[in-house]
Amino acid sequence: MKKIEAIIKPFKLEEVKDALGDLGLEGMTVTEVKGFGRQKGHTEIYRGSEYTVDFLPKIKLEIVVNDSVAGQAVEAIGKAAKTGKIGDGKVFVMAVEEALRIRTDEKDDKAV
Amino acid sequence: MKHIWKYFLAGLLCMTTVCGAFAQDSPSPADAAAAVTEAAATAATAAAEAAKPFEKDADYVELVKAQGDHAYAFDFFTTSMLWTVIAAALVFIMHLGFATLESGLTQSKNTVNILFKNVFIISMGLLTYAFVGFNTHYPGDFNGFFSLGGPIGDLNADGGDTFGYGGLALAMTGYGDFIFQAMFAATAATIVSGAVAERVKLLPFLVFATLLVGLAYPVVGSWHWGGGWMGKLNGGNGFKDFAGSAVVHAFGGFAALACVLILGPRKGKYVDGTIRPIPGHSMPLAAIGVFLLFFGWFGFNGGSVLSAAPGPLGLVFTTTTLAACAGAISAIVVSWVWFKKPDLSMALNGILAGLVGITANADIVSAMGSIMIGLIAGVIVVVSIVFFDKIKIDDPVGAISVHGVCGIWGILAAAIFENGSNDLTIMGQLIGVLAVGAAAFLFSFTVFFVIKMTVGVRVTEEEEEKGLDLSEHGQEAYPDFVANK
Repeated sequence: MKKIEAIIKPFKLEEVKDALGDLGLEGMTVTEVKGFGRQKGHTEIYRGSEYTVDFLPKIKLEIVVNDSVAGQAVEAIGKAAKTGKIGDGKVFVMAVEEALRIRTDEKDDKAV
Repeated sequence: MKHIWKYFLAGLLCMTTVCGAFAQDSPSPADAAAAVTEAAATAATAAAEAAKPFEKDADYVELVKAQGDHAYAFDFFTTSMLWTVIAAALVFIMHLGFATLESGLTQSKNTVNILFKNVFIISMGLLTYAFVGFNTHYPGDFNGFFSLGGPIGDLNADGGDTFGYGGLALAMTGYGDFIFQAMFAATAATIVSGAVAERVKLLPFLVFATLLVGLAYPVVGSWHWGGGWMGKLNGGNGFKDFAGSAVVHAFGGFAALACVLILGPRKGKYVDGTIRPIPGHSMPLAAIGVFLLFFGWFGFNGGSVLSAAPGPLGLVFTTTTLAACAGAISAIVVSWVWFKKPDLSMALNGILAGLVGITANADIVSAMGSIMIGLIAGVIVVVSIVFFDKIKIDDPVGAISVHGVCGIWGILAAAIFENGSNDLTIMGQLIGVLAVGAAAFLFSFTVFFVIKMTVGVRVTEEEEEKGLDLSEHGQEAYPDFVANK
């Protein structure tokens, strides 16, 4: 099993979700997060004073899949989340040792 | 001799009613009049025994005499009284406006604290106004500077529930007068609460606010509205402050300035010589607050006509609205050109600046005059907010600029834009508003300084970082992620 963790632009979530759905993947967890990479922050203005916002809003998407579809899933996320502009985000893949579906006690590959 | 007026009035009242009712089928008004004379005389005797005569009755009698069968004097009184209590309710809503504006322009971790202060101030302000405020504010004959009044009695007694209370110029009952003025009183302390937000210690501030609203506000107000020394300004024509640009707004603004100077800026606002903005947590709340204040201002200025006199009332509604709109537009233009971006919080402050600017003069300027006043107020408020920020006077909601600086502008604008029949001088107006500002500043500085030296006025750095909601109240405004048991 692999866990795929993707940091993407918030407005790309819908496309990424649909792309993963097309692969037959049935679930995912998303979190609103803030961060920055090479993109850095941007400046905002409030009552006449400018200030820099370093941390930009992003979406972190987490999904655990069987090894066989991991490659396709990463590819699908990359394709759907791409704008070609700075700040598109990153995808990380890591190994998962165990999984348990709480309702049915199914384990590992059957549980994801 | 004044009893005669009473008989005459009662007779005319009966005549008016009866003639009106029988107008269709009574070809001879003289007969009808003769028929009611007896009844009127009986009623009038009883009335004269029960009630004392009131000087201001004469105004109504004149009105009835002049208008005969079509006299609207009594409709006028009832309508005016009704308008006064509606206006009082509108001014009440301004306190919700202040509460949402202040919480919107500050951080979410201090929201409970802001709302708590606003709840306390309106409640305590109305109570102190009943105990000392009203009779201090309107002491009757006094030395012109200071007269401490006691609790209000039965304001309906001695004709207080009739037009005899205030005649045509103050067409309301005693309680109508009280409740309308009482709603104003808490405003001054609420203005301060926005400026000291996010770092002031709760209990010391509540003590200060109580003294400010209960004592200082009515004393300073008595100088003008209570018939005090300001009546001698402008060469004896009297100081002009229609609904309180000076005695409410500049008073609150200068009290706020004194408190902010003693309190110091919020932690992290001015670091290494740079300004680090601390954005408010909810622009929707701030916008709701300003729209509510705008709405309530119709009562604040409109009610200050002190009757439902159709001419002045329509004018005041119009000038109030136009000034607010002009204030918004000029603040938008100035901030957009200056900062390169259209700033919503400045647009909102522009509306309030226009409203404060028109408050002193809404009944004596033309529509075009009110637009000029609003346009200038909108420029002043943006420049003033940036100026106070530059000199490191941290005012999270811009209260000092909106109420203090634009309050001065409104007073001066009365002399500049008046319709020409009031003989106001810029110097006379300036002396008046500076006296009010200085009194508010000195009182607040002294009291707040004494509190600082004794129990302290500011929370600790850790408490400020944590937020006053948790450190002072142990509550959160938005406890979304607190796990329920």
